[in-house]
Amino acid sequence: MEHTTAIELRHITKRFGKVVANDDISLEIRRGEILSLLGENGSGKTTLMNMLAGIYFPDEGKILVNGEPTTIASPKDAFACGIGMIHQHFKLVDVFTAAENIVLGLDGERRLDLKAASAKILEISEKYGFSIDPNKKIYDMSVSEKQTVEIIKVLYRGADILILDEPTAVLTPQETDRLFDVMRNMKADGKALVIITHKLHEVMDVSDRVAVLRKGRYIGDVATCDTSPQKLTDMMVGHAVTLNIDRPLVEDRNLRLEVKDLTVLTPDGIKALDHVSFDAYGGEILGIAGISGSGQKELLEAIAGLRVTQPGSHVIYHPPAPDEPIAGQHVPVDKGGEELLGKNPRQIHDIGVSMAFVPEDRLGMGLVGSMGMADNMMLKTYRSGRGPLLDRKPPRQLAERVKEELDVLTPSINTPVRRLSGGNVQKVLVGREIAQNPSVLMTAYAVRGLDINTSYTIYNLLTAQKLKGVAVIYVGEDLDVLLELCDRILVLCGGQVSGIVDGRSTTKEEVGLLMTRFVKEAKEA
Amino acid sequence: MSVDQIVQLIQSAIQFGTVILFGAMGEILTEKSGNLNLGVPGIMYLGGIAGLAASFFYEFNNPDPSGFVCLVVSLLAAFAASALGGLLYSFLTITLRANQNVTGLTLTIFGGGVANFFGGTLNSMAGGVGQISVAATSAVYRASIHSVTDFGVVGRLLLNYGFMVYLAIVLAVVLQLFLNRTRMGLNLRSVGENPATADAAGINVSRNKYLATCVGAGISGLGGLYYTMDYIKGTWANDGTIESLGWLAVALVIFATWRTVNAIWGSYLFGLLFWVYLIIPGLGRRDTYLFNMLPYLVTIAVLIFVSLRNKKENQPPASLGLAYFREER
Repeated sequence: MEHTTAIELRHITKRFGKVVANDDISLEIRRGEILSLLGENGSGKTTLMNMLAGIYFPDEGKILVNGEPTTIASPKDAFACGIGMIHQHFKLVDVFTAAENIVLGLDGERRLDLKAASAKILEISEKYGFSIDPNKKIYDMSVSEKQTVEIIKVLYRGADILILDEPTAVLTPQETDRLFDVMRNMKADGKALVIITHKLHEVMDVSDRVAVLRKGRYIGDVATCDTSPQKLTDMMVGHAVTLNIDRPLVEDRNLRLEVKDLTVLTPDGIKALDHVSFDAYGGEILGIAGISGSGQKELLEAIAGLRVTQPGSHVIYHPPAPDEPIAGQHVPVDKGGEELLGKNPRQIHDIGVSMAFVPEDRLGMGLVGSMGMADNMMLKTYRSGRGPLLDRKPPRQLAERVKEELDVLTPSINTPVRRLSGGNVQKVLVGREIAQNPSVLMTAYAVRGLDINTSYTIYNLLTAQKLKGVAVIYVGEDLDVLLELCDRILVLCGGQVSGIVDGRSTTKEEVGLLMTRFVKEAKEA
Repeated sequence: MSVDQIVQLIQSAIQFGTVILFGAMGEILTEKSGNLNLGVPGIMYLGGIAGLAASFFYEFNNPDPSGFVCLVVSLLAAFAASALGGLLYSFLTITLRANQNVTGLTLTIFGGGVANFFGGTLNSMAGGVGQISVAATSAVYRASIHSVTDFGVVGRLLLNYGFMVYLAIVLAVVLQLFLNRTRMGLNLRSVGENPATADAAGINVSRNKYLATCVGAGISGLGGLYYTMDYIKGTWANDGTIESLGWLAVALVIFATWRTVNAIWGSYLFGLLFWVYLIIPGLGRRDTYLFNMLPYLVTIAVLIFVSLRNKKENQPPASLGLAYFREER
């Protein structure tokens, strides 16, 4: 197929204060092609694309659209050039319907004709294979439906150059496949597509060409068929990286947490967790897999004492033996095991059960955005001091230590954590929980949105905890990682345990099937 | 309880309601753009005093004032002065991103101070008994169909009001249609719900906020004008009634769940509750104050009910009270 050039970027430079986000980048975007823009966090992918979308304006360099030098000063200019960007954080109004969101900001007749708009929306969705209800409100929609609305929004505006910023970060594998099918349809229709991602297998799967950025610089582009994940990683990171996660086997594993018939109801009375039973051992990483919303969040929260459980549920904690390195730092409990349910979150935390939950917005639970690292550390320790005044010294030392050990990029430990990039926020969160010397460490989505290098830092941290004898519970989204990191994998499906498999011998297909097991049975029945 | 008493109660309720209906409509428009303007009482003060002053100077300098000029001068002055109050608020909160609550409360104090200062000055300028009166203008505002032709009880109930009562109803319907059926209305609502989204869709957030706040303030100010011209018959009173009515207007916005059409019957209901002591025999002067609290109690009940139902459509605009700054993360 003929690939004509849609956009050419020439020597683009963008600075934020002293930071050079993009440094002399030249890049071509072609029609009838899917281009992957690959790079670690902070390598300048989103900044570069935001300049095409009219959100930022380049300090130096030229943008050529269809061979013509063009100034893109606002989102409106971008629409006029046929450029549409689907942002990582959806830009949708919750109380509006899909159709209202799609026509938002368009010029046209004064009167709003939503019927005509809906007809056009359905026509577009039929053409590319979406499914959507134009009259459904956004707050009733799933993440993937919202994303569909975003994509239709730009198509409705006649965009033929589409930029998708990490579109798969929030999708299930099945939804991702569906999205990729739609992208291929659009490609066949002669549209130019750019996908920003740092998931290598997706790059290999969907794109025709890969352009790599590293620390704001353009490294080069290669045809996807001529490259491999290993080569791409090396380009991205700048030096050879081993893609294998080290998974040592700890011989001496002791029962740490016994979960029996744990049942939790949602506020609407539906069972979020249905008689969940499993054991967690010290010296082991127990992975928890499942489609998002299968009860992962409720499970961790119930163990941490944040949820009301139904009668008959048990979470029994077995303390580490006195000769273990992690023993003796917490509130002593009965050797025969102690029921955690019914205790308040602080008591559970004092016993040594820590939770690091990274929600979609990264800050929501666990950290206070407007406080610095030091103050955030203090949230967990402020009760330990004597006297009515706070002792700021230990948290400050701890913050310095976390900053150093985990390589957190922040101007100072007093800079509000809200201003740090996502990866650094997560390091602070996980680092603080580890610093509590827990005997059970629960993490959820610890690597959500992180680049490869930082992800590996977190994996290594978790593995180090495991070697110390900590029982690690890891809720993850990426099956490939779960399969490489975890000793055992528990699969949740609709709030029930659909299987517990051995991480070393299972396959992606097996876990994938377990993830949807009950759904299928329900359909057949 | 006679028919007369009931008719009188309903009349009082509608006139009372009209004052706060204007205030609430303006505030709904403002809040739909995400600005929580607690300066409504101050703005109603500004509208009242500006309309009064303008017509006073016109009547004072013309021995034979024309009714039409009286009307235009007072309407324009009231709208302009209130819109200026809105502009001040907009500049502080939108351009300088000052805290909306603080700015609004300050505006209330400012408006009350300005109005009572000039009200007192006008009273002394008027000389005589020390009570200003703009009889010619007030007569235009108070002219009603019923006073020309008698239609009996129906006429007394429906046709016995100055034109601003009907203007308020028409405006409420027009605003409802504007907000829900036009592109501009959709854009404006998106600004109040999620300004970042509106911005990305190419909508000028600041312009929408400025316009909605200034026009909204202008409409709120008409409530003050109606109060001085019709409700207290073209005089000035330093008794702080406008301020308490202004707060009722803010409460009515919540009661009406941000829908101007709901505000129509809501305002009349508030008026009914406020005046219901008229038909209850044997009340002392103190007891009437208890009845005057009813609108606030009803508002609290509605607020609780609405938040229990938790229907997204009945909630305030999502970014209400928040300043928008594009480059903030």
